[in-house]
Amino acid sequence: MGGQEAGPICDEQHDFSLWEKRVDALMILCSSKGYFTVDGLRRALEDMGEDAFETMTYYERWIASINQNLIESGAYTIEELGAKMADVQARGETYGEASLG
Amino acid sequence: MPHDHHDHLSPSGHPYRKDDDTPISYWQSMEIAVRELLVEKEITTFEEISAQIEKMDARSPAIGAAVVARAWIDPEFKARLLENGSTATADLGFDVGPMHLIALENTADTHNIVVCTLCSCYPRNLLGLPPDWYKSRAYRSRTVKEPRKVLSEFGVTLPQSTQIRVHDSTADMRYVVIPARPIGSEALDEAELAKLVTRDSMIGTGLALTPNA
Repeated sequence: MGGQEAGPICDEQHDFSLWEKRVDALMILCSSKGYFTVDGLRRALEDMGEDAFETMTYYERWIASINQNLIESGAYTIEELGAKMADVQARGETYGEASLG
Repeated sequence: MPHDHHDHLSPSGHPYRKDDDTPISYWQSMEIAVRELLVEKEITTFEEISAQIEKMDARSPAIGAAVVARAWIDPEFKARLLENGSTATADLGFDVGPMHLIALENTADTHNIVVCTLCSCYPRNLLGLPPDWYKSRAYRSRTVKEPRKVLSEFGVTLPQSTQIRVHDSTADMRYVVIPARPIGSEALDEAELAKLVTRDSMIGTGLALTPNA
């Protein structure tokens, strides 16, 4: 990305929401526990391709990458993730309702 | 139980933001699922996650400002900071984590600016989480190519004689800029000096404030 053409720098700032802070915390905790490295995070981010930078938010890309790295390192399986996500989505319509902890 | 919590507080005591009341997104449901799986596998606990969030929330540019103010008044500390940013900062009692911190001094002839072209590496332990623009495609693309133009968009115009050095962060190496001490700040004490040190001045997209400006 460095050196490419791009438009003006936008100075809009948004507040981090709770789910984004949790993604950030999961990254720090899992990397400090040796499940993956910052380089692993970045590799999965870069593998997403340029489209992901337009269609996903920053922490959406992060959770996708964290998840991929955790599956690769054997923390859980893709089947376990799928079952858990279905369970989560069945809990309620909003993040607050679906999040237990 | 889905409804086993207060209306506006999560069980960890954090208020839900407005956007937590909108329909849950695919990625949010993935975050919840990943977090719960990690707790079930005993890789982490909900308490540990909450504690990490609180630790991160407590970090702000005030920490970096305290380090810079000390460097301004204590030449011996500044020398140590420039020699090894991690140990000098830890000596002040701040938790710099495993990152290798490199301090860059702005002088009359040299202005330093920090970017992470690869992603968003940032001295988060000293400054808190990076601002959105630091993570933007525009800042990451252009800073290495046309730093003077980027600086001018931040309201910083430097003489052509000032050399601009652009530093590209990596996962293991974080940079923090020691801005030049402003003229007119000679009589100020350490706490007053720290108030002149802005977040952007430590990224290099700003200058330290002028006293009484």
